[in-house]
Amino acid sequence: MELTGADIVVRCLKDEGVEYVFGYPGGAVLHIYDALYRQEDVKHILVRHEQGATHAADGYARSTGRPGVVLVTSGPGATNAVTGIATAYMDSIPMVVLTGQVPTALIGNDAFQEVDNVGITRPCVKHNFLVKDVKDLAETIKKAFYIAASGRPGPVLVDIPKDVTANKAEYHYPESVSIRSYNPVGKGHPGQIKKAVDLILSAKRPMIYTGGGVVLGNAAELLTEMTRLLGYPITNTLMGLGGYPATDKQFLGMLGMHGTYEANMAMHHCDVLIAIGARFDDRVTGNIEKFCPTAEIVHVDIDPASISKNVKVDVPIVGAVDSVLADMIRLLRAVERKPDKDALAAWWQQIAEWRSIDCLKFDGTSDVIKPQFVVQKLYEVTGGDAYVTSDVGQHQMWAAQYYKFDKPRRWINSGGLGTMGFGLPAAMGVQIAHPGATVACVTGEGSIQMCIQELSTCLQYKLPVKIVNLNNRYLGMVRQWQEFFYQGRYAMSYMDSLPDFVKLAEAYGHVGMLIDKPGDVEGALKEAMALKDRLVFLDFITDQNENVYPMIPAGAGLNEMILV
Amino acid sequence: MRHIISILLENEAGALSRVAGLFSARGYNIQSLTVAPTEDPSLSRMTLVTAGSDDIIEQITKQLNKLVDVVKLVDLTEGPHIEREMMLVKVNAAGEARNELKRLTDIFRGRIIDVTATTYVIELTGTGDKLDAFIEAVGTGVIMEAVRSGVSGIARGEKSLHL
Ligand SMILES: Cc1ncc(C[n+]2csc(CCOP(=O)(O)OP(=O)(O)O)c2C)c(N)n1
Repeated sequence: MELTGADIVVRCLKDEGVEYVFGYPGGAVLHIYDALYRQEDVKHILVRHEQGATHAADGYARSTGRPGVVLVTSGPGATNAVTGIATAYMDSIPMVVLTGQVPTALIGNDAFQEVDNVGITRPCVKHNFLVKDVKDLAETIKKAFYIAASGRPGPVLVDIPKDVTANKAEYHYPESVSIRSYNPVGKGHPGQIKKAVDLILSAKRPMIYTGGGVVLGNAAELLTEMTRLLGYPITNTLMGLGGYPATDKQFLGMLGMHGTYEANMAMHHCDVLIAIGARFDDRVTGNIEKFCPTAEIVHVDIDPASISKNVKVDVPIVGAVDSVLADMIRLLRAVERKPDKDALAAWWQQIAEWRSIDCLKFDGTSDVIKPQFVVQKLYEVTGGDAYVTSDVGQHQMWAAQYYKFDKPRRWINSGGLGTMGFGLPAAMGVQIAHPGATVACVTGEGSIQMCIQELSTCLQYKLPVKIVNLNNRYLGMVRQWQEFFYQGRYAMSYMDSLPDFVKLAEAYGHVGMLIDKPGDVEGALKEAMALKDRLVFLDFITDQNENVYPMIPAGAGLNEMILV
Repeated sequence: MRHIISILLENEAGALSRVAGLFSARGYNIQSLTVAPTEDPSLSRMTLVTAGSDDIIEQITKQLNKLVDVVKLVDLTEGPHIEREMMLVKVNAAGEARNELKRLTDIFRGRIIDVTATTYVIELTGTGDKLDAFIEAVGTGVIMEAVRSGVSGIARGEKSLHL
């Protein structure tokens, strides 16, 4: 039977198994909205700003592993979505974004609400398409899902002119597609894996460093198995948290600019570095000249372009992390050679010394609320089992440092792009994917205001997100840099004219709570968690001058941390 | 070092801008770029001349390979290869210079393909160096206009870039 392009779009989504579409209507996508209206399989979540749609789809994808789906109109609908697309791109999140476009006959005419969506998103998508003929629509959407979710994942945009959604074609959704110019890798090279295992077993001071690739590649269990088998210390990047249980004794905490003393020191002094699904980002390496000066490096990654991009490695392995880890484990069990026990004991002793500095300690006696204390209590009250999203700034680092993630896909943050405004809409996507779960958004009074309008969406869909606002009346991370590097000239780091967040939450139909005493923190969190079906906005008035420590200043090596 | 990268690309709208955009976004250098459909109309062949350290060239080829529209590529400079560039030059051929221009064109194995009382259009094919040498020989004074195709290249011998 022939269907209109709009019906084809919706049928494709259904046949792809898509449960939710996050979007916002407009002229160019009205046919598609009409097709959505006439069915019940694919549910549409109406956000309040297209940036919110992309972050919500992103949160959905990060917490489930399935691609998030976005639908927005042409022109401003699409441009509003760009920040969220770029956010997903930087963190390799699978996402399919459908944008409306002006009718094909008008393309290039500066038509009303025309913008070159394919052009404007080209640098921040894995791939994009403009569909000019309704006959190509279904196959293009299939390709979009395939590209978004396979290999190193990423957002894929499909731009659909309005006339294409009105025209008719025979509907056929392909079971699978193959693209001759796109062949994501699977298994790693056996020779390289053998070399890597030899090097790993020769280590005297080994260190395992893993990133978001382990989470995205569903390889957390295999990573845990290998790490325990070896008995080696391990650190996770900001994106990799939850890839290895944070409460395990082999875990040294996060590394990098605000990483723990022990993780960064162990990186600096190791002799064999085993990097898995991580990309040697500048926030992780510090000064590249001073990075891991004595280490030979094994690097496992699905993206060949990530290998030897920033740091030259000795044993590169291109492959899907789960497959490579499984091969490595098999080989580690099969070979006679075992890790060097004595060397390892000495290395752990050294690490214990670094650990004893207790770099994350903070003043627990203060009579103002310490932000770290709030995160610690959040961890305790939620039994470490919440999904935690965050925005960007100091609060993000404290959430990463003090909430101990034992499972993957629980820590949801914008690591690569560092997008303020991500936290609340991402939490919506997570909550929609996991209706019964506790979802907390750890944010700051700056960030939360960037997508605050989504409080309305949360009411409409009854999303009981718990917003933990660490309100320091400053763009804290900016203030911290100004304190350290600009002699305390606090240019525009903002503390004026803040709204009353309790009233604001109430105005949106939610519960608001103001907490300004350390003694009330735990009680408030418990009370909020008990309100199972309500969104609660917890406004914690925290210490204004608290800084994130440890910190590696720009240009320094990982061993050159500022501790307090 | 200078590298000639030959790319088989899906012959699709936007493929060229993906390659060009990659180079500008990542700050890679493009010395010349040519592109046209091949004997298989679904494919374009691009020849791209760039320069950079080994590390940068490695990144360039990896990043190009990552583009979904790139089917295959080869760095021609890694093996024996032939490169050619075509140039059309319009020169002021009035008066005394006229004979000398004809002579130089013959020496460089070029051809005069358009003639008026006061001008020639000369066609010349060769390596970039040869074209440079010709321009130097005739002197920029008489050149009214020069247009170069950019480099095309192909491997010598049995090696070939195909599907
Ligand atoms: C969209 C966007 N604009 C600007 C920045 C730069 N920036 C990084 S952290 C930060 C301050 C964030 O303040 P707040 O949300 O209050 O969190 P805090 O650091 O105080 O915890 C700013 C402005 C950014 N990351 N994202």
